[in-house]
Amino acid sequence: MSTIDLSGTATSATVTAPPSARVDLDIIAELVIPGSRVLDVGCGDGSLLQLLEARRQVDGRGVELSQAGVNDCVARGLSVIQGDADRDLVYYSDQSFDYVILSQTIQATRNPRGVLTQMLRIGKRAIVSFPNFGHIAVRAALMFRGRMPQTKNLPQPWYDSPNIHYCTIRDFVALAQEIGAEVETAQAINATGQKMAMAMPWSFWNLFGQQAVFVLRK
Amino acid sequence: MDEFEPGRTMSAIAVDEELTRAAGSREAYEPSSPVAEFGASEPLRLDAGIDLAPFRIAYNTYGELNADKSNAILICHALTMDHYPASPSPTTGKPGWWSPLIGEGKPIDTTKFFVICSNVIGGCGGSTGPASLDAASGDPFGLNLPVITVRDMVRAQKMLVERFGIDTLFAVVGGSMGGMQVLEWTVSYPDKVFAAVPIATGARHSAQNIAFHEIGRQAVMADPEWHGGRYFQKGKRPTKGLAVARMTAHVTYLSEMALHRKFGRNLQDRDTFGYGFDADFQIESYLRHQGSTFVDRFDANSYLYLTRAMDYFDIAADFQGLLANAFQGSKTRFCLISFSSDWLFPTAESREIVHALNAAAASVSFVEVETDKGHDAFLLDEPDFYRAMDGFLSSAARARGLCE
Repeated sequence: MSTIDLSGTATSATVTAPPSARVDLDIIAELVIPGSRVLDVGCGDGSLLQLLEARRQVDGRGVELSQAGVNDCVARGLSVIQGDADRDLVYYSDQSFDYVILSQTIQATRNPRGVLTQMLRIGKRAIVSFPNFGHIAVRAALMFRGRMPQTKNLPQPWYDSPNIHYCTIRDFVALAQEIGAEVETAQAINATGQKMAMAMPWSFWNLFGQQAVFVLRK
Repeated sequence: MDEFEPGRTMSAIAVDEELTRAAGSREAYEPSSPVAEFGASEPLRLDAGIDLAPFRIAYNTYGELNADKSNAILICHALTMDHYPASPSPTTGKPGWWSPLIGEGKPIDTTKFFVICSNVIGGCGGSTGPASLDAASGDPFGLNLPVITVRDMVRAQKMLVERFGIDTLFAVVGGSMGGMQVLEWTVSYPDKVFAAVPIATGARHSAQNIAFHEIGRQAVMADPEWHGGRYFQKGKRPTKGLAVARMTAHVTYLSEMALHRKFGRNLQDRDTFGYGFDADFQIESYLRHQGSTFVDRFDANSYLYLTRAMDYFDIAADFQGLLANAFQGSKTRFCLISFSSDWLFPTAESREIVHALNAAAASVSFVEVETDKGHDAFLLDEPDFYRAMDGFLSSAARARGLCE
């Protein structure tokens, strides 16, 4: 009989909060009320879910497009299914989660407006983090080099990027307004990974914010 | 592994030696495993509207039941399997059909969990089925046994589980027809299942699957030795029909890719065509072998009953055709597993269950394992499958407070 090699399997999901490499994940974790029900759309390898379960004791679920990502998540004890943000959110019932999170994924969806609308139907709140295409380095790349920008957050060349729907912080605010969502909290992160002061005007965030995290509700 | 206490045997009933051989195995009459007997006071309510009594369930257990009886995992077997998932089958002498998955330190860890597996009602491994003797007539039931459904199998399992004093199962796990039983458990007894792992299965049997089963049944019934199901009484066996049924079914368990990889158009023990109807091709020889070994271990009438049970399976039918309604309010943690090349229960069927569970706001994980081995992959060494099972059960065990 064959033997099973489980050496590669991480089995403990609850031991300690792993240090998160992405500053937007830390910010999201701070925004989530402990013990809530969370759906992470585009959960990747499950880092955020694991972080939220460890720090915020959430009842977490995930949807991930790549089957390899899903298999890793399930092997780590996370409740994750294979699915597509554009197609599969329709199967969830109204207001069945406290938070629906879309972290660094909205720019890769085919229909960002549709996805955001579904998120606000399924969850009491939607949390969205995304790279800001209005950032000064992006504008500079276009203005001075005449080339599509490649930055730390947008590393792929235009022809090889999963990101098909870029937006700026102002664009996102406009979309939220258009679908009748209220911005409950917003946070911009600058190029050094620091949170930018809340008092700064949108135009300042839009120029110097490299990423943004929004909490929306209907 | 446990030493089995032999259960009550049926040696008091005189069984014709020839008849026993005809059943393919003594196990149908005299199971060497433990047996739970249910008398006239505890009938099995069948969907067919008949109370079956007396009846019995043959089973095996592995590991130890903990003090608060919270660590039990029920394993549900597939169509032609038995209640020997983790110990050698007395019929074939082969290792348990899930032995890489169940045992000390394995994903279904018998140092942590108490594992129960019973032969289904309608089967031929020792539980009451068409090959069992009807107490009323002293003859084998044959077609006098009422038609059995997946829900009947699960109802019987529930009675067995209660015999152990277990209120809630930690998990119910099974593939194919076993997966149907898992789903039925979560719908019939939602509060009695903490975690469920339906593997390579569907919420209903598809028209194509019913079609293949019907071919199998017609092959059995067209065999003149079937004698309207009364072959035991005639001292005969419809081996040719049953072998054809198995050959057909076996093709549905594999995949075109796997067949091509294993056999291609290779010839068997020859360099050129024989210009006749012997098994020229390796695939023919392989299927003939599969057919002939199957008839030594399985009862033809049991094959009719169990395929029928699968055909009748349709969970949504009892819920206004809406599968999501079946899982409404479910607290069970689900983990569905499918295999990419399975065309008997394709991934889409698992996904349909996942969507229904999403709609019911149930807790669900879903893994599709990439493999070219077809439906059979759920019985084979698939590391992604074992990793998913291990990760899911470990996390569920922590949630249940079974380990740190």
